[in-house]
Amino acid sequence: MAAFLELRNISKIFGGVHALRQVDLAVEAGEVHCLVGENGSGKSTLIKIVSGVAAPERGGEIVIDGQSFERLTPGESTRLGIQVIYQDLSLFPNLTVAENIAVGAHLDGVRLVDWGRIRAKARAAMARIGVSLDLEAKVAGLSVATRQLVAICRAMAADARFVIMDEPTSSLTRHEVESLLSLVEDLRAKGISIMFVSHRLNEVREVAERVTVLRDGSKVGTFSAREIDDKKLAALMTGKSFSYTLSEIQPGKLPVALSVENLTRTGEYEDVSFEVHAGEILGITGLLGSGRTELALSLFGMTQPDSGKILIEGREVSFRSPRDAVDQGIAYVPEDRLTQGLVLDQPISANIVVTVLDKLAARFHLIDPRERRATVDKWVSDLSIKVSDPENPVKTLSGGNQQRVVLAKWMARQPRVLILDSPTVGVDISAKDGIYEIVKRLAADGIAVIMISDEIPEVLYHSHRILVMRAGRLSGEHIPFRSSEQDLMAAVNA
Amino acid sequence: MREGSSMREGPSIREGWARFRRSHEFWLLIVVVVLCVLLSVTTDSFLTLQNLFDLLTSNAFVGVLCAGLLVVIVAGGIDISFTATATVAQYVAMSVAVAYGGNWLSVFAIACGVGVLCGFVNAFVIYTFKIKSIIVTIATLNIFYGVLIFVTRGNYIYSLPDWFATGINWFAFERDEIPYSLNFQMLMLVAVFALTWFLLNRTNIGRQIYAMGGNPDAAQRLGFNLFRLHLIVYGYMGFVAGIASLVQAQLAQSVAPTVLVGKELDVLAAVVLGGASLLGGVGTVFGTILGLTLLAIMQNGLVLLGVSSYWSQFFVGLVILLSVSVTAVSMARSNRSRKARA
Repeated sequence: MAAFLELRNISKIFGGVHALRQVDLAVEAGEVHCLVGENGSGKSTLIKIVSGVAAPERGGEIVIDGQSFERLTPGESTRLGIQVIYQDLSLFPNLTVAENIAVGAHLDGVRLVDWGRIRAKARAAMARIGVSLDLEAKVAGLSVATRQLVAICRAMAADARFVIMDEPTSSLTRHEVESLLSLVEDLRAKGISIMFVSHRLNEVREVAERVTVLRDGSKVGTFSAREIDDKKLAALMTGKSFSYTLSEIQPGKLPVALSVENLTRTGEYEDVSFEVHAGEILGITGLLGSGRTELALSLFGMTQPDSGKILIEGREVSFRSPRDAVDQGIAYVPEDRLTQGLVLDQPISANIVVTVLDKLAARFHLIDPRERRATVDKWVSDLSIKVSDPENPVKTLSGGNQQRVVLAKWMARQPRVLILDSPTVGVDISAKDGIYEIVKRLAADGIAVIMISDEIPEVLYHSHRILVMRAGRLSGEHIPFRSSEQDLMAAVNA
Repeated sequence: MREGSSMREGPSIREGWARFRRSHEFWLLIVVVVLCVLLSVTTDSFLTLQNLFDLLTSNAFVGVLCAGLLVVIVAGGIDISFTATATVAQYVAMSVAVAYGGNWLSVFAIACGVGVLCGFVNAFVIYTFKIKSIIVTIATLNIFYGVLIFVTRGNYIYSLPDWFATGINWFAFERDEIPYSLNFQMLMLVAVFALTWFLLNRTNIGRQIYAMGGNPDAAQRLGFNLFRLHLIVYGYMGFVAGIASLVQAQLAQSVAPTVLVGKELDVLAAVVLGGASLLGGVGTVFGTILGLTLLAIMQNGLVLLGVSSYWSQFFVGLVILLSVSVTAVSMARSNRSRKARA
């Protein structure tokens, strides 16, 4: 096989910092290649260079299909058949499926729209990958998986020969990931090269032949996908090695912090009963839409269950609002920390103290600045948040540190029960490890932790007990040391 | 996940109808029809030829502006300055016509030219400095208007050229001793809505405007020329404001620098009532026409029913509030039912 794309000696400097350092990379025609690396490792810079958005430094060479370039423009890149499917998919929610797929027809000059041609183009693109979607449906009303198909069709309509997919599996369920992978297999069979940019190696290992690892702008190496596993990959990406250990505890001997009896909210979850003990980390896993997040929202008073009981330390409680839940010692760190957990433009300090403003109030209900400062300092150091100045806006922090700020905000309230929904989504491997360490320490201090996640290894290696949710119901309990990843995967997808 | 196939040429009539039944426009149409029937039954004068002609003529100014603002809102922006633009365009065009003479072509060229220039100023500032369009256009409203008042000292122009004052009266006829004709106002109202529909639905520029309003980042990644689109969008608003200014001057038979500014919110109300989203990307010419119609016949009906004109503002506000609340509630409900099915 001949290489479709070859990068030779590619470097990129942004403001004196090497974003990429002499990277060589070759992708064969009809190959599925996986590109991995932590945030800031140079993945997105590499995508920008291949798509023509950024120019590499002199001395590098980009060879595509035998033609050599010093740099590409976005137009050239598209003409050569390079298409990027960004993580957000870059679709137009207000337009129809047909128009999204054939949107390239709207470019260039001023002319009339031929709606028949747009539909024909969209239909042809759908036929190439063997899907059939309602052409007249608005994209806003489609599921994430269907939107992804639309984005792939759009790449097909632009005669793609090399498709870069940025984190394509991050918001898909297991079943949808499988359909995506079989689609990728079909594309490869047609001679189209695919580059996956993904952390989840176990998902792409079935289709990817080779994996290239970037670290701090340099290429660590290209490996056969079969010869490395998650642990080895983590070590290659971070240069550190990680061990997963969690001491076994006997939850039965600990006091019950929160229990739930026959909790039901029609259409979301049904007849859910469980208890979580002080000092225990309880993992809850299940597919997207299995009711895990909906359950968490009710435990935090965001929604009200139709029937059933919630008890805290044996007392029955009812939450009409999150305020009630907070008063009863429940803290909730949402899945989407950016939109639900933080006010990004506000200082780090203000985000941390927002839950304890009432406790900081001194005379005349004014905030005591020394108390405020002390609270901020305590949590910044306790949770090892890397800040230069707590008065900087939260958005200046990395994903992992932002997640810690959300944690700090709730820990300041000294809760009895901490609910974490997908605590490490969008966080680097090394930052993930830091978060797990913190969660363990909090549990050791006697807090009951409920950790909700659809990443099986996350709950398997970091909780004391695991509950599986399926179609709104609890379908089983697992003990990490006695269940394997495969057992749990089977239970989730059953 | 893989949804129903449609291998036919285009959407079928049945599918189209089903989609229309779920749309904002469908409900608006029902409200308009119900209101018309009610007013026809309860008043003698609503369903008369004279009232229809009056309604069209007196709402032409606001209506023409609605078409321009729709384009801006679809593009994801907003324009507050268009009444000031119209005032400037009107004053310049009519001053030139009075002083040097001219014809329809020349007043159109001057009024629309001035309008487009004002629009370009907005587009340039909004795009170059990435400032929110509402802030920029509030500022330019004051600038355009302030300069005009300073230069004109607020003086009116009364004696418009005869050919302009006479206007257009096509297909004139008489019934019950009242003269009717297709006048300049109606002609422009129809022409501008038709032009706007054509721009938005039949040209690739119009589709780029929808796309940019729906997802500006994606539009940029695809290589849309966003600066050119801004120039077109705000330039078109200015162009339409130029036409609207002539529509109003011809009707009023005079030019008054102080009467147009202040009408912005009537225009905005009609467009939003017509289903255009201030978040961008959503809005149709048909919906805008319905929104305009609803506001126009509601105000007209209240007058005919003998309700004090002070109340009409109250009802306009109430209807807008009801409309957007109903839309928001039905959206939330359809989201939850979709969730329950999944």
